[in-house]
Amino acid sequence: MTSQMNTLSVTQTGFDKIWGHENVDLLQVRNILPAQGVETPRIRLRQEHLNNVHCSLDIFRCTLTKIPETNSILQKSRLPLGVLIHPFKDLTQLPVIQCQTIVRCRSCRTYINPFVYFVDQRRWKCNLCFRVNDLPDEFQYDPMSNSYGDPTRRPEIKNATIEFIAPAEYMLRPPQPPVYLYLLDVSHAAVETGYLKLFCDVLLEELEKIPGDTRTQIGVITFDSSVQFYNLAENLNQPRQLVVSDIDDIFLPCPNDLLVNLNESKRLVIELLEQLPLKFNNTTECNSALGAALQAAYKMVSPTGGRITVFQASLPNIGPGALKPREDPNQRAAKDVPNLNAATDFYKKFALDCSGQQVAVDLFLLGGQYMDIASLSCVSKFSGGCMYHFPSFHYIHNLPQVERLEHSLRRYLTRKIGFESVMRIRCTQGLSIHTFHGNFFVRSTDLLSLPNINPDAGFGLQVSIDENLSETQHICFQAALLYTSSKGERRIRVHTMCLPIASTVADVIQSADQQCIVGLLAKMAVDRSLHSSISDARDAIVNVCVDVLSAYKATMSSAPSGLYAPSNLRLLPLYLAALLKSVAFRTGQSTRLDERVFAMNQLKALPLSQLILSIYPDLYAIHNLHDQVKQEFGDMVIPQPPRLHLSAEMVDSAGAYLLDTGDVIYLYVGRNVHQVFLEQVLGASSFQSLPEQMFELPELETNESERLRNFLIHLQNQRPYPAVLQFIREDSQIRHLFSSHLVDGRTESSLSYYEFLQHLKNQIK
Amino acid sequence: MAFTFAAFSYICALVLDAFLIFFSIFHIIAFDELKTDYKNPIDQCSSLNPLVLPEYAIHILFNLMFLFAGEWFTLMFNIPLIAYHIHRYLNRPVMSGAGLYDPTNIMNQDVLNKCQREGWIKLAFYLLSFFFYLYGMIRSLISS
Repeated sequence: MTSQMNTLSVTQTGFDKIWGHENVDLLQVRNILPAQGVETPRIRLRQEHLNNVHCSLDIFRCTLTKIPETNSILQKSRLPLGVLIHPFKDLTQLPVIQCQTIVRCRSCRTYINPFVYFVDQRRWKCNLCFRVNDLPDEFQYDPMSNSYGDPTRRPEIKNATIEFIAPAEYMLRPPQPPVYLYLLDVSHAAVETGYLKLFCDVLLEELEKIPGDTRTQIGVITFDSSVQFYNLAENLNQPRQLVVSDIDDIFLPCPNDLLVNLNESKRLVIELLEQLPLKFNNTTECNSALGAALQAAYKMVSPTGGRITVFQASLPNIGPGALKPREDPNQRAAKDVPNLNAATDFYKKFALDCSGQQVAVDLFLLGGQYMDIASLSCVSKFSGGCMYHFPSFHYIHNLPQVERLEHSLRRYLTRKIGFESVMRIRCTQGLSIHTFHGNFFVRSTDLLSLPNINPDAGFGLQVSIDENLSETQHICFQAALLYTSSKGERRIRVHTMCLPIASTVADVIQSADQQCIVGLLAKMAVDRSLHSSISDARDAIVNVCVDVLSAYKATMSSAPSGLYAPSNLRLLPLYLAALLKSVAFRTGQSTRLDERVFAMNQLKALPLSQLILSIYPDLYAIHNLHDQVKQEFGDMVIPQPPRLHLSAEMVDSAGAYLLDTGDVIYLYVGRNVHQVFLEQVLGASSFQSLPEQMFELPELETNESERLRNFLIHLQNQRPYPAVLQFIREDSQIRHLFSSHLVDGRTESSLSYYEFLQHLKNQIK
Repeated sequence: MAFTFAAFSYICALVLDAFLIFFSIFHIIAFDELKTDYKNPIDQCSSLNPLVLPEYAIHILFNLMFLFAGEWFTLMFNIPLIAYHIHRYLNRPVMSGAGLYDPTNIMNQDVLNKCQREGWIKLAFYLLSFFFYLYGMIRSLISS
């Protein structure tokens, strides 16, 4: 009998292996990180032909690749159900179609997609509300082969991501021109950082590449204790400055010519950008009237809609929306962090006004001192803008931040942009959308108002199951983003995701997507910290981990000792332990309030791949790159070094390491690194002769150098804009930048990964 | 038959309670409109927010009258709601104007459900208390 049982369990394990349902004893496995990157779970539908058309997982991703049949199964699995979307991602291949009528469901307005069911040649059944709709005659026509017949040959049916050029019904008004307005802080603290010159230089260089057409408009406002406007009318000889010092009741000094057509006034714009950096060199103004400048900007842009870009380097302290310093520097390491929420609703109300007039506000925050990002960020958060933070920016003293600003700014100015956009997310009947995460204003239960959409913005939503889904075959989510392109075309980008249904708890757990879960949990934890407190959020993160592993234990037939996780969730504790130590949620370690709040905003708005990198960066050993494991792109050979755990024991003083955190890549060189590496890769004769600061690899004609450079190019190509490469010597003062990312180790105030696992095990009993 | 202050406060409470019933019906309808996408959250919040303090004030007003009339039981009956109102107002989001509802988080399913449930419960409470005040009025008019 026992032997029979044994063979049974052996076959069971065999089957489990085939299906990828192994379990892992977390306490036993030391190297849990897959060397070649974390595999993403595939969605497997019963209809094989549909498995080839799935939406890219970078765009649309669900925490569970099988949706539980009922809410009680979801509750038993203890996993969060939600979707992460990166709707406007830069795509190399995107089918764009223009047709007379866009085929949509008559009752729920769903766009036709690959997962609909064709009742016959002339009718289709909507996969969200199950209504049977008629197909228009046009849809029978195949544009590729110019013949009538089978509707399944249409591009709408072959692609889960598609873009339509919208006909006139989709416009409430004629498409707006691209309007860009720059608001520059020129108070003493801001001028001191030297950002103005960098900004003007980069804008001058990229002026030709700014997305737009012949209608593009541009304007500049500077502000300190007054607001300065620049008249750029075509017929002037040079830009004329107009100063308004009545900041409590701001008005526009002249009705037009403050926002000018870029093509017609290009000469003046260039002249202004050349003059600006010098103009404020000797300023002694230390006040900053951001609120008044924003109100003025709103008056200028609101008739058309557009983008307001704010560069702010000090706390706005006078006029409307003035803020006070709230941070107590002595409490930076305290357990509970106050002042995570806005101090005034000025910025939120302003953002809502903007959102109504299709204006988005983007923030570049450069301050060294406290600038109350918690309050300021509202202006971007609710107007669909984006934010960048360059703590302690200075053009001489902080070169890494200068590099970062330059890279980000170039990307920011030239990336695609969509104006006056809205995104509607629909899901199959029986599910409902619960909470949204990201930068937007929620206009109705499923409609996000996004005055601007940019390709680096990510969104998340939590989903709840309201009805029993056992009658349905599969579940679909559809995100439709309607926007005006910079060329003045109205376009609709539609993404559809289709997921099968699971009827058991074990099935649900084994279909979970660990990275997506971490992404969603991070967003939920930010909400929890803002509504309740950071310690609550931290407890909740640990509890999720405990609950999920307990739920898994309950599904196992026999309960072995040890801490078991299904192989698809084996990294969950690792990621969550790292999340607890991330800038947003760490306690006991000195963290500036601004940096923490900014990190929280980033967790809400970053696309998943960037988010995971910021929580758990990739670490590679690069002192002995070889071509044994490699990828080839054309004639470029790219070595694939394994990813290492982020623990101090992995970092040897005789090695060199690359730490990829998303927008900065650190190159760490150990004290005893091999002479060959120094000479062949870094071009230095000894460790001591390495420069303190370096932002580029020397191009040496050696194999080692070429391998590393290829590998770096490969890393850079995977992100929307090149990351800054920063060298760190082992004996450098900035070594903490590297070592603070080694989150698996233990610190005075936090558990190591292994201790975290022990803690989980004790809780699970 | 005596027209005491207690009887007077019950009569006032009766009239004012009718207003409160209207308020809570308006509240329920407003949130239903939000749920079914009829209204923009910004407009809806700006129409709801000015009504919050008047509602609380009316409720507190007739309870003050009960206090002065010495109607302890009726007062006790209302104290939990007063406490809830005070608690709710102290924990409101950061806002420059009066009111409770923030258009940026009102569309969250949790908040929406909570507000709607609050509306129904208050409606039930005001309705019940309406009949109770009616009873109280008659009782104090015919007593002594």
